[in-house]
Amino acid sequence: MKFAIQVNEGPYQHQASDTAFQFAKAAIENGHEVMRVFFYHDGVNNASRFTLPPQDDRHVVNNWASLDIKDADGNPELVVCVAAALRRGMLDESEASKNSIDGNNIHPAFRISGLGQLIEAGIQCDRLVVFGD
Amino acid sequence: MATKKFMYLNRRSSFGTVYAIESLEVVLIAAAFEQDVSLAFMDDGVYQIVEGQETDGIGMKNFSKTFHALGDYDINKLYVSKESLEERGLSESDLMPLVYEDEDDDWEEKPSIRVVTNDELKAIMSEQDVCLSF
Repeated sequence: MKFAIQVNEGPYQHQASDTAFQFAKAAIENGHEVMRVFFYHDGVNNASRFTLPPQDDRHVVNNWASLDIKDADGNPELVVCVAAALRRGMLDESEASKNSIDGNNIHPAFRISGLGQLIEAGIQCDRLVVFGD
Repeated sequence: MATKKFMYLNRRSSFGTVYAIESLEVVLIAAAFEQDVSLAFMDDGVYQIVEGQETDGIGMKNFSKTFHALGDYDINKLYVSKESLEERGLSESDLMPLVYEDEDDDWEEKPSIRVVTNDELKAIMSEQDVCLSF
């Protein structure tokens, strides 16, 4: 089955991202396809490459990156909503330079894009599974 | 592109958390994809479409007016839980008069809001291909 996943909550504060990760991992291990993971609301914070949990804790961001979810051309399919990201201080290189800000924090396994990517995933996948409250 | 039935389920009030406004942003983007879109309001979500919202005192953007634009985007199925209204001492007359122009009926203005029981809402939800909960 072809899945899309939506993550609506941030890491560590809420279990939604962990549960979504476990779901995605299990789906892939069982031969299903996870076409795209879309991060919305505080879920955009799952993409920060500056995340540094204590050594005895799981690393939520690296967990997502380890799934290596990409399209056929090798572009990341861990997609962060641009509007939700920018208002929460999550920037990639392009948005940082566009807004004259001297830093960026999006992990390279993720990419920033628009809400259309969420709707497209809902249209193209057999199931869109939403994780959050 | 295939047409699917998309439902956006709103369960939280307008302010206090970001879910309501960011849900509406998804709905407006979704309108461009020409899918069969409906919205459902239940629990505290019914507060999102209450008439006469005023946000000056809390310094937040009053996005409630945006709901009036949905009719222009062919989004005209707004289901509201009867039980959720009643639990909060609200009735349909407390809600914004949201309307759309029916192109199949000489562009007559018709109400977009449909108050339904939770049982009816359950049946409508089970017909959906994609249900996004906010």
